[in-house]
Amino acid sequence: MHKGKGMKFVGDSRIKADRQPNIPKDYSEYPGRTEAFWPNFLLKEWLVGAVFLVGFLVMTLAEPAPLEKMADPTDTTYIPLPDWYFLFLYQFLKYEFAGGNYVLIGAIVAPGLAFGALLLAPFLDKGSQRRPVKRPITTGIMLLAITSVIWLTYESVAEVDWETRTEQNKPVLQPEVEIDKESDGYAVFNKSCVSCHGDNLQGGVGPTLIGVDYSVEEIKKIAVEGTGDMPSGQFKGSDEELQQLAEFIVSVNEQADE
Amino acid sequence: MMQKIYDWVDERMDITPLWRDIADHEVPEHVNPAHHFSAFVYCFGGLTFFVTVIQILSGMFLTMYYVPDIENAWKSVYYLQSEVASGQIVRGMHHWGASVVIVMLFLHTLRVFFQGAYKKPRELNWIVGVLLFFVMLGLGFTGYLLPWDNKAYFATQVGLQIAETTPFIGDSVKILLSGDADIVGAQTLTRFFAIHVFFLPAALFGLMAVHFIMIRKQGISGPL
Repeated sequence: MHKGKGMKFVGDSRIKADRQPNIPKDYSEYPGRTEAFWPNFLLKEWLVGAVFLVGFLVMTLAEPAPLEKMADPTDTTYIPLPDWYFLFLYQFLKYEFAGGNYVLIGAIVAPGLAFGALLLAPFLDKGSQRRPVKRPITTGIMLLAITSVIWLTYESVAEVDWETRTEQNKPVLQPEVEIDKESDGYAVFNKSCVSCHGDNLQGGVGPTLIGVDYSVEEIKKIAVEGTGDMPSGQFKGSDEELQQLAEFIVSVNEQADE
Repeated sequence: MMQKIYDWVDERMDITPLWRDIADHEVPEHVNPAHHFSAFVYCFGGLTFFVTVIQILSGMFLTMYYVPDIENAWKSVYYLQSEVASGQIVRGMHHWGASVVIVMLFLHTLRVFFQGAYKKPRELNWIVGVLLFFVMLGLGFTGYLLPWDNKAYFATQVGLQIAETTPFIGDSVKILLSGDADIVGAQTLTRFFAIHVFFLPAALFGLMAVHFIMIRKQGISGPL
């Protein structure tokens, strides 16, 4: 490197004033048909990227990102599932030897050893051989790890009924309604319906009553005869109260439609 | 004109070496799919970077609408998904990109592993790469909570319970992540948002810079 006397700089900076051609070094370590990265190779990479992007966008358009119901911490029936690339860990913890009393093994020791070994692979596999067949232990362990991850992932979702799951967790925007708890209708509701449909009609054992599309007559019929999973004879009271109840539910829904 | 501007800046800043280092190198034959089709395995790293760029861009646009608050998080995602023009596409890109980046990262790791490319002198780059993998998994875990729907909420609850089993530091880790010893709630959401949007991307950028500087310094590993 050129040093000391005779060097000229731009102003008082450390940038040299005498321009030198910046010619890249030869890539002669691996003889063969090398190619300039810029622009030749980058152009090809660009094309690969473009094809990849088109495929990716087609996938994105074909399947919108899923969104379930707004989180409800009181929902005790929900079976949690992590994102797919954590499923193998999730499944591993279900086994007797890795969960329950031995959760430390399943949650910390085993993954810690596996990922620690991955991190330190260059120091565990120090031989100079690079071909997979020339280092059978390393290759074998990795193949075993991949197989078990794939198998655990499969096991974790083999039983999952995706369609019911999606159906039960459809996103619904709960309309905001003010419920007049002083009204006669609410008093009737409070007597017969509140235990299943919740004190704000938000649902519980039974579904929410906000956003249902029934007429007064239909609601009266359902209250007495039941529908779907709802048994008959839930309503107890006079015909007048039944009318008040149905009108109350319809009025809440009219409010929700606005 | 452009040349003059360039020369003017270059005289003062000496920018030529900066881009020359990136642009001017030969690509060896054995990694070039134009010469050997099987060399497509060398694309996985670049594609991982490409998807990461997609994630950064789509994520930046998502934060224009997203509200990290338990009352409004889900509603803002629902609004984005159903009302905003192209909102569904941008969220779709971020959602599916999160999966594709893991797939690409996995394939890239396997390529390097089975080719023994992590061996001397590239041990340090392998370690940085595995750390990048961990950061990416962390981004996946924290991002999963943000839509604040049922699957997000309950998966995070399980994840935090697992974190809690760590000996000695488990409780502290859980409180650090969720803001409370028992509740997964408002604090958890803001913390996960901060980790997802600020802390982990910062780590990601730093590690990626180191990863790329190392590969330029050492060059691609030779053919098997």
